[in-house]
Amino acid sequence: MNQNKFARWVSRNLIKIYATLGFIYLFIPIGYTFLFSFNNSLKSNLIWRGFTLSNWSNPCGAPDVCNALGNSLKIGLLATLISTILGTLIAFAIGRYSFRGKTLVNILIFLPMATPEVVMGASLLTLFLNYANLLPFFTPGFWTIVIAHIMFSISFVVVTVKARIASLDPRLEQAAMDLYADEKQTFLKVTLPLVAPGIAGAALLAFSLSFDDFIITNFNSGSINTFPKFIYTTAQRGLPPQANVIGASMFLIAMFIVLGSQFISRRREKAYS
Amino acid sequence: MAEKSIQEGDLHLENLTKSFGEFTAVNSINLTIPVGSFFALLGPSGCGKTTTLRMIAGLEEPTSGRILIGDQDITYARPYRRPVNTVFQNYALFPHLTIFENVAFGLRRRGIKEVKTEVERVLKLVELPQMAGRKPNQLSGGQQQRIALARAVVNNPALLLLDEPLGALDLKLRKQMQIELKRIQIEVGLTFVHVTHDQEEAMTMADTIAVMNEGRIEQMGTPSELYDNPKTAFVANFLGQSNLIRGTIVGIDGDYRVVDLAGSKIKLPVSRSENLSGNILVGVRPEKLRLHKKGEAKSGNIFTNGKVIDVSYIGVSTQYQVELPGQLTLMVFEQNDDGLEPARKGDEVEISFEPNFTFALSGDQDIDAGSELEITE
Amino acid sequence: MAYVANAVGHNKKTSARRGRWTPYLLLMPGMFWLITFFLLPIIKLFDKATQSPGDNIGQFVQTWSFSNYWDSFWGAKAQFGRSFLFSFLATLLALLISYPLAYAIAFKSGKWKNTLLVLVVAPFYTSFILRTIAWEQILGNQGPVLGILRTLHLANSNTHITASSFAVVAGLTYNFLPFMTLPLYASLERIDPRVLEASGDLYANSWKTFFRVTFPLSSPGVLAGTLLTFIPAAGDYINADILGNPGTKMIGNVIDAHFFQTTDYPGAAALSIILMLTILILVLLYIRRFGTEELV
Repeated sequence: MNQNKFARWVSRNLIKIYATLGFIYLFIPIGYTFLFSFNNSLKSNLIWRGFTLSNWSNPCGAPDVCNALGNSLKIGLLATLISTILGTLIAFAIGRYSFRGKTLVNILIFLPMATPEVVMGASLLTLFLNYANLLPFFTPGFWTIVIAHIMFSISFVVVTVKARIASLDPRLEQAAMDLYADEKQTFLKVTLPLVAPGIAGAALLAFSLSFDDFIITNFNSGSINTFPKFIYTTAQRGLPPQANVIGASMFLIAMFIVLGSQFISRRREKAYS
Repeated sequence: MAEKSIQEGDLHLENLTKSFGEFTAVNSINLTIPVGSFFALLGPSGCGKTTTLRMIAGLEEPTSGRILIGDQDITYARPYRRPVNTVFQNYALFPHLTIFENVAFGLRRRGIKEVKTEVERVLKLVELPQMAGRKPNQLSGGQQQRIALARAVVNNPALLLLDEPLGALDLKLRKQMQIELKRIQIEVGLTFVHVTHDQEEAMTMADTIAVMNEGRIEQMGTPSELYDNPKTAFVANFLGQSNLIRGTIVGIDGDYRVVDLAGSKIKLPVSRSENLSGNILVGVRPEKLRLHKKGEAKSGNIFTNGKVIDVSYIGVSTQYQVELPGQLTLMVFEQNDDGLEPARKGDEVEISFEPNFTFALSGDQDIDAGSELEITE
Repeated sequence: MAYVANAVGHNKKTSARRGRWTPYLLLMPGMFWLITFFLLPIIKLFDKATQSPGDNIGQFVQTWSFSNYWDSFWGAKAQFGRSFLFSFLATLLALLISYPLAYAIAFKSGKWKNTLLVLVVAPFYTSFILRTIAWEQILGNQGPVLGILRTLHLANSNTHITASSFAVVAGLTYNFLPFMTLPLYASLERIDPRVLEASGDLYANSWKTFFRVTFPLSSPGVLAGTLLTFIPAAGDYINADILGNPGTKMIGNVIDAHFFQTTDYPGAAALSIILMLTILILVLLYIRRFGTEELV
């Protein structure tokens, strides 16, 4: 009887049990990263040698880790800023106008998303090497990474912002025009504020793509270190626990931003109801 | 932007036409809407009424023809350069702005100083002064409707357009808002142009109704003119219900013409059948018909040998379907006010009606035009 | 109070003329970027692929050696096959894992929906490589999993999990899972629950409802998810590098090695072109077979 009850409970909640297991699976490596950021490790951070806070109090303790992190942040911010602007402009052109060559533009937006990173990285490096003696900033390094990151982020920005534009009710802009707002005012007072969440989402996406990229970066970085590159190269000798500290903090910061913004919008809704 | 001179005047549409490719949505409409009136454009969906409204608002460019307010040609003026405001279907309130800012939007764009007093004035007018700080999604449908109205009215436009404004509300709220809209229109004295497919809504509120069908205006007039004296089968069927019967004019008897309807001779006023001869459609509204027991119909036009084939009791009245010789079926609505026993299905009955309640239409029309449309709406 | 400006007929033409160039102005900077740094390099790649080594190391001259394509392909045929096999398996596994997850979030999560969505993406917020290395250490020879299995005598000192094809496929599956879950969720979430109730009302049991109604309605998500997983997985070489052994190398490893170890740029270019075109053809066939045009 009891067994029967249990079987029924399992079958009724099968999907929830499954989802719970799925989430545990997703978070195992995150948990591991957090755990070993507190490891009192010697050289390699492989075996648990006891709890310490010293890695967290001194995140730059390992050589070059903070230099790599700084580069990643700088590259990420620059690439995000530029790719968000360029992608948003394209999204408005596609979402709001009909023009000749739209199909070609759509294909050119789609192709980078359908091209493996290793192909983009290799081809871009070929270009840079070809012209490096003509154009000094094509020498693999900081700027070539920024150029590459903007390139592969644009498509994702376009897709994200375009979706937001497409979901806008055209009557809102018509209502603005009807209420004496000319084209410019309509755009600034109605269209832009309504598309803004999409642009913000696109910017977050672009930043996380840039910050996390290894393959294309590795091809085009020359001797500049980024955070993923640092992890990859040091992993062969043994990863310092400071890498876990930084990885974990990035995770916490991102979660804080996302959950915080959700919390605020929920509070705002509740305040009136 | 500087305040411009007060520009008031009747709205004139001259040969206004709009085509989308092969399809002509609005076909050479001519119309004058006097200042201060409550005007309704009534018709089934796809009849061109919304396209007409959007052209007046400047949201659609006419293919040809002109739009004037007074003597000012606004045919190609941008929407923000015409003294016209619209209450959109589903309201189109700006979701990112508060109610106050929604209502203030037009005032701010025009650089008006007394934003606060003006906004408060119209919020009071629509009886929602306490909602100023909220966002549109925190309001009910009916409240959003009022705010959409306030947002338009606050600008004191020469013309206020309402695009199916009550379409999203439930029946009870809709009735309430109809009265409310009429009150506000009288209070502010603006010209309202109201687009709707709901004939009851149009009749409740409008001084003048234009019935549209397939891009043209079928007939224009006061609600009672349209109801009592429709000029086409479409209007007769779309506005309320009608019994339309094919017949032939066979003679004249004083002020009345004699018409043969499948064997029965009836009379109708000459004044209501001018310019007609030969085959015609005779119309009479179901509530104008009287039901009698066999042999009891005395005066007026009379149909004998009827048989009740269906009875539905709907409270204020009872609706009968009566079958007559010659494959005729008539609808009869009887008020439940005489305390008499209602007829039953299968009863043999007679029908009488006043000749003066009868109207006539030319016989070359589709007898069912406009009658199915309301059901599919 | 009422407001009228000078409304004149010729406004019509000027605004139309201004509007015609706007989209091109908006497109210009972004398109310039994509043409210069995506399209041009790809074209350069074709140029590079048929070159041969010149007199100095790292210098190449155009010799139109189309045999480079065949030679480099034949030299890496095993890695090619493995790339497509591994990414196919990873895509399939990701679909099997993600679908119930997305389904649960879309229909069973109630007010937790947004939070759970965030949790699906959350692993993204740590570095891709850090996650992969974490798996390597968890499953590695000194890691906790083998440690527990050994204590339970379910494994001995010769048992390995990492440095295997299994580990590479598992890593690929894990790393691209959110790419699968999010589009699936998006298409499931759009399904009106009343449609599912209607199916139940019409005597379909849960399984029938799922296969006849839910799954077909979610097909745009399945399409987008499988593509978003397959494409990056086929070109990936990090998982093979960290979780695999020399016998599990994928095509990305070969291209990388051509570039950085043997400086065989033409070979790397030829392999890149073959990889890109193969994926493109597979994607187009797949879209034509199952697809909608909602992808772009």
